[in-house]
Amino acid sequence: MTNRAEMTRRDILKSGAAASTVTLAPGVTLMAFGGTAEASSRADAGKRWGLLIDASKCDANCSDCVTACKVENGWGSEEELAGLNPGQAPEWIRKVTLRDKATGREVSAPVMCQHCEEPPCVDVCPTGASMKRDDGIVLVDRHICIGCRYCMMACPFKARSFVHEELTDQHVQAPRGKGTVESCNLCAPRIDSGRIPACVEACEKAGHSAILFGDLKDPDSPISKRLREYDSIALRDDLELNPGVRYTNL
Amino acid sequence: MRLVLAFLAAIGFAGGAAAGGSYPAVPAATGDPHPEGNDYWRLHHMDLLQHDRDKTVREGIRNLSPDDVAITASIGTCFDCHAVKDEQGEYVSFDDPRHFCRVCHDYAAVTIDCFECHRSTPANTTAYRTMAKPEDPDSIVAYLARLAQETSQ
Repeated sequence: MTNRAEMTRRDILKSGAAASTVTLAPGVTLMAFGGTAEASSRADAGKRWGLLIDASKCDANCSDCVTACKVENGWGSEEELAGLNPGQAPEWIRKVTLRDKATGREVSAPVMCQHCEEPPCVDVCPTGASMKRDDGIVLVDRHICIGCRYCMMACPFKARSFVHEELTDQHVQAPRGKGTVESCNLCAPRIDSGRIPACVEACEKAGHSAILFGDLKDPDSPISKRLREYDSIALRDDLELNPGVRYTNL
Repeated sequence: MRLVLAFLAAIGFAGGAAAGGSYPAVPAATGDPHPEGNDYWRLHHMDLLQHDRDKTVREGIRNLSPDDVAITASIGTCFDCHAVKDEQGEYVSFDDPRHFCRVCHDYAAVTIDCFECHRSTPANTTAYRTMAKPEDPDSIVAYLARLAQETSQ
């Protein structure tokens, strides 16, 4: 049976330390055990996960990506919204429609956390809760979030929301609770277990495939090739945040 | 009279605890015991949990060795063995004093905030308990294969 205990820890105990664990315990630190087992799912610094959203493929009447995100991460249920002022509602991802005043052309696209290379939300966080993983995913470590909401102010994309009321029966893969800030984490638990983000899967299933997911650091990945071949933009390019989410045909 | 009884009860309780006789009735767990032993876990569970939370959230580690298919670095795995059911056979949440965390924490008067965000009952799905297999349609490998196929067509 594979227990949560790492082999190193088990080995130490097998080697005879078990009997003395109790008496030695105050002097035994966790660091003595950890660190040698290299996990395969570790956020890889050699990768940078990103999205390329093709607005020409996005259907204005479709919001499957938003629904999939809600289902995956358990936010925005009717029960949750019932107790909230609409301005306090959680919003990890939203559909935005842009209209060119001169021509009347309308395009639609989802907007979520843009997973900046230089994230302002990380700069302003006083506790280190707002963080960027080695693989470029920007997320909130709610274990140490104090709910000050500086990151919400700093984000130019309005990507983050705050949990105002107590919650129960959260999804096991998406813990969230009152007093902490949350946002799109590019479905980090799914990526860590080798799966694509829920919005990408939903968009593909809806037949649009408007959201392309991939590794921006790999020059041979489909997303890198597409970015190299076609024109694309970053939202608020003037801020030079180099987001991991880019748009084309917007 | 009630006060006196309460006082006597308190004295008896404290005396019993000092003698090691009235520890909380910890609900029996199922499954294999922790290899480190119960005493180690009683003393260090908070450190082990904090260690794993940083590994999962900050470092993205979900399985504990490269070939491990099971996702074990999760507070959800505690419930596999420790979850407590009520008379109706439903799992009790942290709101119930019989919840396995509360039994000891109420006794020791230590407040925990884990379950303000985490669910306190076993998950209703077994998805996310294993790493994706390449043939799974939602796996990154299968997704990239589909993209490659589209490009070649």
